[in-house]
Amino acid sequence: MARVLPKKDAVIIGLGWTGSILAQQLTDAGLNVVAIERGPWRDTSTDFNIAYMQDELRYAIRKDLFLKPSTEAMTMRNNAGQTALPMRDYGSFLPGDGVGGAGVHWNGHTWRFWESDFQIKTHLTQRYGAAKIKGLQLQDWGPTWAEIEPSFDAFEYLCGVSGKAGNIKGQIQPGGNPFESPRSREYPNPPMKMPYASTLFAEKMRELGFHPFPLPSSNLSRAYVNPLGVRMGECSYCGFCERFACGNYSKASAQTTILPVLMKKPNFELRTECEVLKVNLTPDGKMAKSVTYIDAHGVEVEQPGDMVLICAYALMNVRMMLLSKIGTQYDPVTGNGTVGRNYCYQTSAGARLMFEGKHFNPFIGAGSLGQTIDDFQGDGFDHSKLNFVGGAGISCSVTNGRPITNRPTAPGSPRWGKGWKQATVDGYNNSMGFGSQGSSYPVRENYLDLDPTYTDRHGRPLLRITFDFPDNDVAMSNYLSEQLEKMTKPFNAKYAAVARLRKGWNSVPYQSTHNTGGAIMGNDPKTSALNKYLQSWDVPNVFVIGASAFAHNAGMNPTGTVGALAFWAAEAITTKYIKSPGALVHA
Amino acid sequence: MRRFLFVSVFIALSSPAFAANTGAGKYQVILGDCEGCHGKNLAGGVTLETPFGKMVTPNITPDKETGIGNYTAEQFKLAMKRGVAPGGRRLYPAMPYPYYAHMPDQDIAAMWDYILTVKPVKNRVNVNQLRFPYNLRVLMRGWNFLFFKPQPIANASKNADWNRGAYLVNGPGHCGACHSPKNAFGADKGVLIGTSLQGWYAPDLTGDHGAGLGSWSNSDIVEYLETGRNAHSLASGPMAEAVENSTSQMTDADLISMAVYLKDLAPGKGNGGGATGVDAQMKAGAVAYDISCAACHGRDGKGSAIFPPLAGNASIRQVRADTVVRMVLAGGKAVSTPKAPTGPGMPSFGWRLTDEQVANILTYVRNNWGNEAPAISSETVKRIRSALHSSS
Repeated sequence: MARVLPKKDAVIIGLGWTGSILAQQLTDAGLNVVAIERGPWRDTSTDFNIAYMQDELRYAIRKDLFLKPSTEAMTMRNNAGQTALPMRDYGSFLPGDGVGGAGVHWNGHTWRFWESDFQIKTHLTQRYGAAKIKGLQLQDWGPTWAEIEPSFDAFEYLCGVSGKAGNIKGQIQPGGNPFESPRSREYPNPPMKMPYASTLFAEKMRELGFHPFPLPSSNLSRAYVNPLGVRMGECSYCGFCERFACGNYSKASAQTTILPVLMKKPNFELRTECEVLKVNLTPDGKMAKSVTYIDAHGVEVEQPGDMVLICAYALMNVRMMLLSKIGTQYDPVTGNGTVGRNYCYQTSAGARLMFEGKHFNPFIGAGSLGQTIDDFQGDGFDHSKLNFVGGAGISCSVTNGRPITNRPTAPGSPRWGKGWKQATVDGYNNSMGFGSQGSSYPVRENYLDLDPTYTDRHGRPLLRITFDFPDNDVAMSNYLSEQLEKMTKPFNAKYAAVARLRKGWNSVPYQSTHNTGGAIMGNDPKTSALNKYLQSWDVPNVFVIGASAFAHNAGMNPTGTVGALAFWAAEAITTKYIKSPGALVHA
Repeated sequence: MRRFLFVSVFIALSSPAFAANTGAGKYQVILGDCEGCHGKNLAGGVTLETPFGKMVTPNITPDKETGIGNYTAEQFKLAMKRGVAPGGRRLYPAMPYPYYAHMPDQDIAAMWDYILTVKPVKNRVNVNQLRFPYNLRVLMRGWNFLFFKPQPIANASKNADWNRGAYLVNGPGHCGACHSPKNAFGADKGVLIGTSLQGWYAPDLTGDHGAGLGSWSNSDIVEYLETGRNAHSLASGPMAEAVENSTSQMTDADLISMAVYLKDLAPGKGNGGGATGVDAQMKAGAVAYDISCAACHGRDGKGSAIFPPLAGNASIRQVRADTVVRMVLAGGKAVSTPKAPTGPGMPSFGWRLTDEQVANILTYVRNNWGNEAPAISSETVKRIRSALHSSS
């Protein structure tokens, strides 16, 4: 029998980006909040010691900061005709672990999805007719742009994003992204200093008539004090960002933006190394009453709360709902049920160029240091004569010149021995790349559910991912590869190679940690698990916050939109729900 | 600031009720920084390293069995102002009664009222862990005879701010307990000129331009005491605790008064001046600094909005190297206050840098960008490293 603790106003599962934002906003509103985090406490100077953080073997290869499959694994298959098998190691994507979550080891790309993403079905139908998106399960997210824009702004100012606005209140800004949706003001910090490869890329793109702009970055271009009074340092361009935590206080994370304030609040409590097993519902299944977790000593504990906020990683949010029977499992055959629906990923391709006599100095790098063009992003270009919808941002970012993994060699070089070594020496300073990060649109057959066979250490079923790249997305990505091919020409490189995406998602090589959907927000309880405030349609004192709420994935990194949704949900809770608990939208 | 000890055994006596005066009393507890030694909940149990051995602070919550719930107001006053606990037992001056002796009786009474409202905590503390002969309390009678001579603080030729500041610094604030050097018996000698204690160096607070507050403005001092940081420095170590528990909660008027008084202190002994004949150390230190330190503190030593500057930072320029060596070897965490919540940390470099590298870097830092302070030898680093190892 679990030990039952005194009730809290709100119980938060997971203290990463979304959990921290919700905790901060709810405690500001006077609520008593407890966050229950599966992983360990982590802080900059003690756990991300700058004197040893640049350890590629420990962090990038052995993945020290990531979730271990022994803690939670997942099973995968490409289609319902296959038997899913567990991933014995995380490869294609790398979920975070511990306080700060994946926001500790992210790169810092901080995008806003577009207005046309939030109204994607309406927008595409109006522009191209309903037939154009037949076969895709695209649907509007709920909020209007005017509603959600302030939440993007709040997240960007929290993080101190370094960038250049392209559209302020409808006015196109020189040097920014002309395709972005209108923003209310400039970024809080100017763009980062650009490395040679990105500068060259921008030059060539401009020559081709495209619109390069600095990639909006949560690696800070200068020291910054955020609205909570928390101070951050200037990025040192050390090139140890993705897969690493920042030892310099210059990459936005819960640690560097919120926790110094949150952890001191008397109405906030954090319990680390406590794994939530499930959310407990009232007997009629209509309200959450508590969560059950196993604490660091292996003791089962029940924490009652008036509200439960599920703030773990996207895939784990979906699993938590399924394990707790919040909402109904989506069925790809009938299309009924909502939890597990519209699982999406990311559809990427890249170009690599080799030169002679260049000095790209890739060791001058940062997670989101680069230039991007959005000329082929989303619906920023005309799809009427194309056999797909969606698009991709194309970025030339210089993330690192790390010694183990960054050893580009010219095509035809030996793969081992002295010849290979010489080829890596020749290639190191002569190689650059740029790539497309493409949208991933939902189809009926891609979904999430609980695996019928495999269980975790507590005996709970693992999450099962059924996914392959839809034909629409493959067509989109291949079209982008054709554009990449054309874009390589003006560089006059000695070699240029462009990759093309094929069907058959493989979970082994790293691709992207941008898993989205499965507990999506929307206007109709038949097709979305959450209403537009990220509140469960079925259990109204449960909110589920994260990329799990994305109704589709755009050709951008998700964290900016995840952060915005966290502020958006927090505002709904603090201004609407607290005053009048219950469903915020009546279907 | 874990520097004192209230060593006493408490005897059951009556505990009369007091009229509520707790707001004023709480402020007296803030001024006196009681939490610094007795813990956030005042339940004691904090170990203090002193030259005379280990002292563990007692429980001063109103718990009748293990705290001071059985004191009378008069007994509390005697302990605070005379260092005498019920039964005539003598307290050690780690409990800063020589400073508290300056406090008016009504402030002590208000403090007592407040302490009676604190949640009683049952925490039995074995307080007397001193070495022989210091564990003999009777010796304190002689100490008091020789050294306990409270002098009047007030100075009619100075204005009200100065007088208030002098009272706060030398009375309840007991700044000299850390910042004034001690004689062989643990009594103050020299006022606020800086000294080593507990593995740190409490800096010079006089008007000296090299090591003291000579180049700080009054508002720099106020900002530092209120937030824990200013353009010159960032509090960590014992001062971080003093800022958090005490000065950050003082009124603006009191902080301004303290600044007025401190800015009027004549320069102390200085730090002995810059290093000479250390070209090789400076050269090696510059390279090592660029590799290990410049990313945060800047190649120009100016720091940034989050990281403290090293150029012009008085704590870098103290005569003794305890604090700077310790920070490099073991790291440290800056204070977090409502107005400056970040509390950034300095990571530990002790595992990576040799004694010689640390000495070179610090000699370079102490003699660059306008800083002038004596060189640091690798023997000094070695000694501090070994002291850190034995205390951890």
